Amino acid sequence: MKRMITYREALNEAIIGEMRRDPRVFMYGIDVADHKRTFGSGNGILEEFGNSRCFSTPLSECSMTGLGLGAALSGLRPIHVHMRVDFLILAMNELTNMIASFSYGSCGKMKVPMVIRAVIGRGWGQSWQHSKTLHSWFAHIPGLKVVMPSRPSDAKGMLIAAIRDDNPVIFIEHRWLYDVVGEVPEEALTEPLVGSRVIHSGKDATVLAVSWMNVEALQAAEVLEKHGISLEIIDARSISPFDDTTIIDSIKKTGHLIVADYDWIHCGFGAEVATRVYEKCMRILKSPITRIGFAEAHCPCSRPLEVKFYPSAIDIIRSVEKKLGLSEIDLAQEEFYSYEKKFKGPF
Amino acid sequence: MKELNITLYKTMYMIRKVEEKIQAHYLENEMKTPMHMSMGEEAIAAGVCHALKPEDQVLGSYRSHGIYIAKVQETDKFFAEMYGKVTGTSQGKAGSMHLLAPEAGLVCTSAIVGSSIPVAIGFAFANKQTKNGRITTVFFGDGAVDEGVFWESLNFACLSKLPVVFICEDNGFAVHSPVSERHGYGSIAEIVRKFDCSVFQSDSSDVQVIYNLTKNALKEMSNNNKPVFLYFKYYRYLEHVGVFDDFKAGYRPKEDFEKWLKVDPVCMQRKKLVRLINEGKVASLEKEIEDRINLSKTRAQQADFPDARIACEDIYI
Repeated sequence: MKRMITYREALNEAIIGEMRRDPRVFMYGIDVADHKRTFGSGNGILEEFGNSRCFSTPLSECSMTGLGLGAALSGLRPIHVHMRVDFLILAMNELTNMIASFSYGSCGKMKVPMVIRAVIGRGWGQSWQHSKTLHSWFAHIPGLKVVMPSRPSDAKGMLIAAIRDDNPVIFIEHRWLYDVVGEVPEEALTEPLVGSRVIHSGKDATVLAVSWMNVEALQAAEVLEKHGISLEIIDARSISPFDDTTIIDSIKKTGHLIVADYDWIHCGFGAEVATRVYEKCMRILKSPITRIGFAEAHCPCSRPLEVKFYPSAIDIIRSVEKKLGLSEIDLAQEEFYSYEKKFKGPF
Repeated sequence: MKELNITLYKTMYMIRKVEEKIQAHYLENEMKTPMHMSMGEEAIAAGVCHALKPEDQVLGSYRSHGIYIAKVQETDKFFAEMYGKVTGTSQGKAGSMHLLAPEAGLVCTSAIVGSSIPVAIGFAFANKQTKNGRITTVFFGDGAVDEGVFWESLNFACLSKLPVVFICEDNGFAVHSPVSERHGYGSIAEIVRKFDCSVFQSDSSDVQVIYNLTKNALKEMSNNNKPVFLYFKYYRYLEHVGVFDDFKAGYRPKEDFEKWLKVDPVCMQRKKLVRLINEGKVASLEKEIEDRINLSKTRAQQADFPDARIACEDIYI
């Protein structure tokens, strides 16, 4: 029988399992030990491991990031948690000037086995300071691994791998994914921290999707399938280091690429992917690469404005139609934005 | 007592002579790395570092030649790093601003003001967690106190009773800006005193005073489990970055320097030592150190540059 659990439970299993296995692992951050436990992903950890290994911190993102660095250099394995990735901006100095370069500057003598978990938000009127993603910022810096699992099995396997990795790993989790259910092995298997994965096979066009956009892409694939079009969906999973093998192989098959990023487009991850694909597949591309992402604006609060800001399955469907020269499918009977209706906040 | 005075002097003399060697050869353009010189603060580096156990950790800033010599007690790798050679502390990747010797307890130096302070509380956190008895010390200038991260780190260290010693070396300037243009308060030490930690301060350039004060501070820490803040005044002899003085620039009067020169830490300790062991013995100690520095410099110049391939190694390990 398949064991189905939520993304939230998968994260929780990974942390608890690793903390049992390795006494050096500890988790900390703003309100990590509060009654909400980072949207439930930290349930039971304080009770089992006590407040020396699971604690809330002052609102001092920069200093607490440096604390993680010092602890990691000392041989501990910190997991620093941020309820919003936006808060990490306060820690960019420690992250980019210190953590990222430590292994390099010490010629590999000093290791930084630190995991930085950052939740990305959406919905319930988050506005512009609770809605960023920033993976392209982090990925731009050599020395930081950046991963964004979208499926529960990856959430567990990649978090275990991140905790065991000797390098700093930024682990970005979309809040809406916390309720996604999937098959997750009971045992502590690791998933590689580099390399993307085909999560839906198809032959007509490829979508490389980031984080939440995998859910949107799967919905787009479902709709398109009714009209005889098959999408290949690749979950980017790892933004840095980025292995383009899977995507190149897929384009050799479909000839069309849409990068469905979960970020602004300008100077973003989609540009990086597109360049690599042009370098390696220019002559086999049947259409120019399409990039989908946030609107070139700050995230607005009001519901209809927010719908305009975020890319969706509809944008993917319309892009596919254009690429393949099809007329617009009537979507009136389809239901989109179901997660928006599910999510009731408050934060 | 005699042995201690000799040791303290040897360290201070080594720091001074290393930097004089840099001064003498910097214009040859072979040492291509920005030099933030330690001249004037030798007593602080030597006094504090000698009060520590060898396994205790030291962190610093870009002005860390002094603490490197005091904690690591070697000059071969040091000069090789200044010359960008493969035999340097970081195989030529780091230069003067990122000196590192984890095996000797110099675990982090950083060129962004204040950045190593939170890292120090991380080391202290791990020491406390693993109950290994080590103390972590972090050196920084008065400019670092302008950074929010200093206050964040001090707060957390006091809150969590971490075994960490903050060492503020106040030379009155952040780059070239005086305290009067930066601080909306009178005394750093007085503000820090409001936190739950022990504060010690001195404006002495007598290395023995600094050594004893540090020993007392460490004793107090072992009694009350509270972090320590040491506040020392000193005078930066040279420009912020570079090997010259900069009195002509007009932002600080030369008279201040002349006042401090009368209590130069190296000269003061030398006088003390001459009384203790006589001139000839002091001169022979000095000769030994100078020979060693000359040899280190020659070795560094003769060493190979790193192979270009290592420029992209050790990003991930």
